[in-house]
Amino acid sequence: MTLVPLLGHAGLDEVFAWRPEGPVTVRHFLADAAALAACLPPGRHLLNVCQDRYQFAVGLAAGLLSGRISLQPSSHSPETLRQIHAACPDVCCLCDGDFASGDLPRLDFPALAAVDSEKVAKIPDVPADQPAIQVYTSGSTGQPLPYRKSWGSLVRNARAEASRLNVAGHAIVGTVPAQHMYGFESTVLLALHGNAPFWSDKPFYPQDIVAALATVPQPRLLVSTPFHLAALLESGLELPAVDLLLSATAPLSEELAAAAESRFQAPLIEIYGCTESGQIASRRTTAGRAWELFADVRLAQEGGQTFACGGHVEGRPALADVIEILADGRFLLHGRDADLVNIAGKRTSLAYLNHQIASIAGVRDAAFYLPEEGAAAGITRLCAFAVAPGLEVPALLQALRERIDPIFLPRPLVLVDHLPRNGVGKLPLAALQVLHAAHAGKTHGRR
Amino acid sequence: MPANPTPEAVAALLPEIAELVVSALNLEIAAGTIDPDAPLFGEGLGLDSIDILELALVISKRYGFQLRSDNEDNIRIFSSLRALTAHIAAQRTK
Repeated sequence: MTLVPLLGHAGLDEVFAWRPEGPVTVRHFLADAAALAACLPPGRHLLNVCQDRYQFAVGLAAGLLSGRISLQPSSHSPETLRQIHAACPDVCCLCDGDFASGDLPRLDFPALAAVDSEKVAKIPDVPADQPAIQVYTSGSTGQPLPYRKSWGSLVRNARAEASRLNVAGHAIVGTVPAQHMYGFESTVLLALHGNAPFWSDKPFYPQDIVAALATVPQPRLLVSTPFHLAALLESGLELPAVDLLLSATAPLSEELAAAAESRFQAPLIEIYGCTESGQIASRRTTAGRAWELFADVRLAQEGGQTFACGGHVEGRPALADVIEILADGRFLLHGRDADLVNIAGKRTSLAYLNHQIASIAGVRDAAFYLPEEGAAAGITRLCAFAVAPGLEVPALLQALRERIDPIFLPRPLVLVDHLPRNGVGKLPLAALQVLHAAHAGKTHGRR
Repeated sequence: MPANPTPEAVAALLPEIAELVVSALNLEIAAGTIDPDAPLFGEGLGLDSIDILELALVISKRYGFQLRSDNEDNIRIFSSLRALTAHIAAQRTK
């Protein structure tokens, strides 16, 4: 059995994370993880929704040390929680604040003050093939599909990213949640196996990001998204020194990349990956469009699809993008699969959304539509058309809110007599475009 | 920091903030139809975190102060149009 250490640090007294009260050593982190593991109820599944990055990491480590899988769905809607509960009846929801956990058995993050970290003797090992996390892909069938990752592959993933970015010793400030794949890899995994301690909070407003950056020592790595970066630059605030900027989750314009590099006087690296493959490539946006694969990762093309393999990638997952492989091994992205939706870093598929709205009682037919708008100006919102005689828009929105992440709620939601389906029952994109154009500007979707 | 605004001052500022919310977020509703005491998140206007960040930028520019999540109760500030207005009235520097 191959074993992989829980952390990549050389010593127990190195800094693992930064909290408002100061640095947390590897020793203290391990003591916290062992103490939390002792508090967990029996079971194999942990739904760790901790907002505090440090407490999330303690939960992850406690799970790893006690053979539990961390479930990391992309949505926490009541319907998702019901599905998780049905699929994993022994799940425990680890919370550190207000969280609508519904019927899930719940553990509020306990006070772990009595732990004696001097008793920690070494960094524990975890079997490389132990399932560590379970993420969910927005399957085209309408149901999210679980996808497990072993601890060994996550560690290889973290090492590949750390070596590409050369981030050892950087303090990480992340504006992205620890639970989502990008935030998980670039803050939690980088702290565990890239020797880059993270800041425990998740700053949101520009002023919060500035304050968090100023709190941690240099060199600093800001792990963010085009959405947060744009707000930060637009705020006009004086920006603390940052040594490296990271962006992912949504396309980043060259203008925004150039503005961010100029204001921070630091390189901005974009990360490419998907839920199944994890991060597999990066590029410096201002230096060109081509992406460079992480060490040992390879791409293969077959029947119009591109697959990732090698390196830290487990199996041979298909990538959702149209990809052109260049002669030197780098690649270009040519847009995403039309079914996929990505709003402010949250991903889903139109098939999933259509399935959710169609399963609401009283809805006879329905379709989501992602309008084609200028990507530069703000965030594009979805709209939806529904045939639901007897239902009003507010009731329908309320039912949807139970099932999908609020980011994907349609604006507007338009009630129609029928959808323009063709002879074989399909809904051509062109027909939806016409329907959308006809309703633009005269609807009241948000009441 | 200015003193706590009177209820009258908050009520007088309400229409301006309602207009700002509608224009900043491109809402397809009339500013006057927003219930000042209905929640802005969830079942009320249905705003989400993207809206809040966009709104925060407009507020910081127009009223000269930055919203912070670590020293203010965001849930309370964005609990209703009236709460948001009261916060702006108390914190504004211009």
